[in-house]
Amino acid sequence: MSSPEKKLMQMTGGQALVKALEHEGAEVVFGLPGGAILPVYDPIIESPIRHILVRHEQGAGHMAEGYAHATGRPGVAMVTSGPGVTNIVTALCDANMDSVPMVCVSGQVPYPAIGTDAFQECDTTGITMAVTKHNFLVTEAQDIPRVIHEAFHIATTGRPGPVLVDIPKDIVDPNNPRSAMTWYEPSDDDMELPGYRPVTAGDPGAIRAAAGLIAESERPVLYAGGGILKARAADALKELAELADIPVVTTLMARGAFPDSHPLCLGMPGMHGNYAAVTAMQESDLLIALGARFDDRVTGRVDGFAPGAKVIHVDIDAAELGKVRAADVAIRGDCRLVIAELTAALRALGGGGAQPDRRAWRSVISGWQEKYPLVYEQSEPGELLKPQFVMEQLRDLTPDDTIVASGVGQHQMWASQYWTFDHPYTWVNSGGLGTMGFSIPAAIGAKVGMPDRMVWAVDGDGCFQMTAQELVTATVERIPVKVALFNNAYLGMVRQWQEMFYEERYSEVYLSYEVPDYVRWAEAMGCVALRVEAPEEVAPAISKANEIDDRPVVLEFRSEASENVYPMVPAGKTNSEIVVDPSQPDPRRGR
Amino acid sequence: MSVAAAPEASEALDAPKAPPAPAAVPPARFSTIVTTVENKPGVLARVAGLFARRGYNIESLAVAATEDHRFSRITFTVDVESSSLEQVVKQLDKLVNVVDIQELDPAESIERELILVTVAVSPSGLGGLLGLADEFRAYVLDADADAMMLSLSARPARLDEFARRLQPYGIIELQRTGRVALRMLGARSAPAPAPAPEPEGPEASP
Ligand SMILES: Cc1ncc(C[n+]2csc(CCOP(=O)(O)OP(=O)(O)O)c2C)c(N)n1
Ligand SMILES: [Mg+2]
Repeated sequence: MSSPEKKLMQMTGGQALVKALEHEGAEVVFGLPGGAILPVYDPIIESPIRHILVRHEQGAGHMAEGYAHATGRPGVAMVTSGPGVTNIVTALCDANMDSVPMVCVSGQVPYPAIGTDAFQECDTTGITMAVTKHNFLVTEAQDIPRVIHEAFHIATTGRPGPVLVDIPKDIVDPNNPRSAMTWYEPSDDDMELPGYRPVTAGDPGAIRAAAGLIAESERPVLYAGGGILKARAADALKELAELADIPVVTTLMARGAFPDSHPLCLGMPGMHGNYAAVTAMQESDLLIALGARFDDRVTGRVDGFAPGAKVIHVDIDAAELGKVRAADVAIRGDCRLVIAELTAALRALGGGGAQPDRRAWRSVISGWQEKYPLVYEQSEPGELLKPQFVMEQLRDLTPDDTIVASGVGQHQMWASQYWTFDHPYTWVNSGGLGTMGFSIPAAIGAKVGMPDRMVWAVDGDGCFQMTAQELVTATVERIPVKVALFNNAYLGMVRQWQEMFYEERYSEVYLSYEVPDYVRWAEAMGCVALRVEAPEEVAPAISKANEIDDRPVVLEFRSEASENVYPMVPAGKTNSEIVVDPSQPDPRRGR
Repeated sequence: MSVAAAPEASEALDAPKAPPAPAAVPPARFSTIVTTVENKPGVLARVAGLFARRGYNIESLAVAATEDHRFSRITFTVDVESSSLEQVVKQLDKLVNVVDIQELDPAESIERELILVTVAVSPSGLGGLLGLADEFRAYVLDADADAMMLSLSARPARLDEFARRLQPYGIIELQRTGRVALRMLGARSAPAPAPAPEPEGPEASP
């Protein structure tokens, strides 16, 4: 017979799954149980892993994402089969678009029942194939530790992304002999991934060629994307920018990757980017794209984007290189490593002294900055709040390293425009998928990962109504996030498009200021809630919210419905056709 | 003479209909991609899904285990522009289960496909049919009083031609495999010498 020691290592697949998550360093799991995943929930009672019970599985997914955005560690979600899985599909797709490392464990009907239309069966791997980096259907209990290790490996290496592991009930159920397994600590040597070989180091010849282009460029722009944050390359980027004296734009996914207060920082480019950032790219002779993917929201009409620019494109994902815009030098590799090599190559060429004088370029850009700053008109007495004003107050009255998680819409653009992001990993948002409802669960996930930091969700009234129920989770689990709810009674961003491009024909965008009553709703969920209607009430309300640290707070800011986000590059137009605030001179007339 | 073949079958296979049309030689934009993948459930769906998502039609597909049972080989012919093809290949490469990808230039590779065809036989047509089989070096696999089953393995264009010539006899049923391909021996190491002209005609034993 086996020794007692050996006997200790016998366990069920369910126990092994929880132990495997512990082994991967998971400290928290966001989830909601159900029939197929029950056997995995039982051993969670004994586990040191903190489980956070969500009110909707989409919330679990966004919480895992928020956790990953803020900490850099993979978020973990757990759901049951069928509707549990379909509810989290949006969050998986969101994580896939924004390269967020997360692992989702899903229950599945017993293996022999797969394909029989059993109760709560759905084709989980089929449904999630297109919205995950990879997914697995585990068929043997003995494989569980290895597959979980592979899932974390895939989620966190190369271009990060969501990985789903589907677990049939029979291999975790203690009442089923198929769940018997012998525990082992999975290591990299156990992995069976012959087709997965992420590349990290850039090609030295290409790096030298890139350095050569930089050394000749008179109007270069560093185009920093979310990959900078994923590669933890913010310091490397700063060193490069300062050495070569090159202005930096930070995309919506990269806000905070380069400090907004830095003199070289131009802020956000793109559809709602500021004039100087958009125009500097447009007029540049060299775009150095680092972990960015030439998204249509950045480029505008592609054939008119930065027409005179050569392109250096660095990305860990070879499929991004040349996908939208051909690169003069394409470098596949990890941003942090490649940027460090690039900086070294520039030093070898003589560093800052050996390059063209870029003061002229810098002064052209500062001219644009002075001529076209972000502007809005303050509200007249008796008018509703200006959302930009509220955003500025929030920025100025919260700690410098506050984490801001945003929803999707006008409020998101104002947050990105008006906040000063001076630290990486302080901006959590849904960029690629643009998922309304992202902010509250993402803020909760971020706060769980970073409990000592202040976390604000910036939300719209439309978004709030999609995932507000997670404030119940926040109350019950004592996760004191704060919500700045911009109630403009509209699906504001869509209203803006209808105003500008559909002749003010407003179709199905009106919500309501009064219904629901957000304050009473928030209070019913256990939050402290305040309604703010006048400019002088804004600062005191924020200060009060900042003092509350034992429960979530919701501040409802009644804001002006007719306010539009400017600048704006209309969809389908080139970035040269940027529309600025109506109070500013139209730059298109000068062209 | 009436054609007894199921019309939708022959249409789907792009077999020329009477009156004889020039053989359908694939234009140069057709590319053959040979992938080595893990031999696991669902892998074909992942690979096929990549093409479907981008709206590319797969012209031909062949899947089988390789000499190593852990891996399968999927050979596709797709009709895409080279720029999109590069994107497809890169996306394929991102699939965790895809181990290796080769793009084969039709000019530097040998492609083969197999056709199985059952043709109506009449006393007056028998001689011509056997002559045709002989000319193409097709094999007679089965026969009875009024039908005959032939097989031929050759370049896809030659199969097109064979099918076209059989058409007047009355094709009862026809099936073709997807094509498989290997790089020519002379083209295996770069820089490739000018490849020898591809051998015509019959293959080894059936
Ligand atoms: C789930 C989802 N549905 C629809 C959209 C389209 N959409 C983009 S912004 C927006 C309006 C958001 O309204 P709100 O949350 O009130 O924000 P506001 O624009 O008013 O600040 C809509 C409907 C979306 N992004 N996500
Ligand atoms: Mg709104």
